[in-house]
Amino acid sequence: MIRAWLFVLLLIPLFSQAAIEATQFDDPEKEARYKQLVAELRCLVCQNQNLADSNAELAQDMRRKTYELVQSGASSDDVVAYMVKRYGDFVLYRPPFQLSTLLLWLGPFGILAGGVAILFIFIRGKGKLADNQISDNDLQRAKTLLGEEDNNT
Amino acid sequence: MKARFLIPLGIFLVLALLLGIGLTLNPRDVPSVLINERAPTFNLPDLFDPEKTVSSDALKGKVWLLNVWGTWCPECWREHEFLNRLAKTEGVTIIGIDWRDDRAEAQAFLAKKGNPFAAVGFDPESEAIMDWGVYGAPETFVIDKQGMIRKKHTGPLYQQVWEDEFKPLLQQLEGES
Repeated sequence: MIRAWLFVLLLIPLFSQAAIEATQFDDPEKEARYKQLVAELRCLVCQNQNLADSNAELAQDMRRKTYELVQSGASSDDVVAYMVKRYGDFVLYRPPFQLSTLLLWLGPFGILAGGVAILFIFIRGKGKLADNQISDNDLQRAKTLLGEEDNNT
Repeated sequence: MKARFLIPLGIFLVLALLLGIGLTLNPRDVPSVLINERAPTFNLPDLFDPEKTVSSDALKGKVWLLNVWGTWCPECWREHEFLNRLAKTEGVTIIGIDWRDDRAEAQAFLAKKGNPFAAVGFDPESEAIMDWGVYGAPETFVIDKQGMIRKKHTGPLYQQVWEDEFKPLLQQLEGES
């Protein structure tokens, strides 16, 4: 009896269905550009998701608009300009290089340069310290010790 | 070298400061790029009469508010009382855009709760909404006599926002030619 019920349970996935937006393009190049655009444009409602990932209604609207624009022959730059004009730089996952985003673009390189500089100073400091501190006496002792080791082997 | 133990404390303070700034910012407050730009025109079917259209051209030379709402949006329900009061006591022209809604439901909503709008455009397919850069409801725009967008408010209107931000601006705009 249980087996029969388990078998029925197995059939449940047949009733599930997922909604897929049909986007038909007359040109594979347009389709590629559409895919790239929805991956790079950001959904404003569910921030931190791009248009392609988001199921929010606004994202659906924006995808549809992107589709219409691309299908009607607009270039990728046109579509981006259309969105930026309405929603601002906020919709871009790749922010433009301008004064307000200077820190964003250059900050990581600045931190990297700072880290390298500190490392460099640190290493040079250590090197000098070592050179100066070995006295003749110590050197002699070290040589004797090393010599003894050599003899033993 | 003595002050060495202060380094972690310093790092902590800097981090606390940066995180503090991050916490007080509102990530939903997307700056509108349309301020002081020409308001996009729209021609939408009237909510009450599909034969008629509600057009932004009819409002030239007037200071008016555009309010985007929908019966699906809880904040709009909260805001509605206040809009009614505005229309009655302040004599403001409010044009509504009923966004992504069901026509019958929206009509019933206004019939029951009162209609503060001079006209309501019906926009189930987000045609006009996209041009205005709307990303949520409610949103309220102020448009001046020249047809320029002068202000955008995201979220519901209430007394304090009205007194602080809208009233002085509207008075100033009424004075402009």
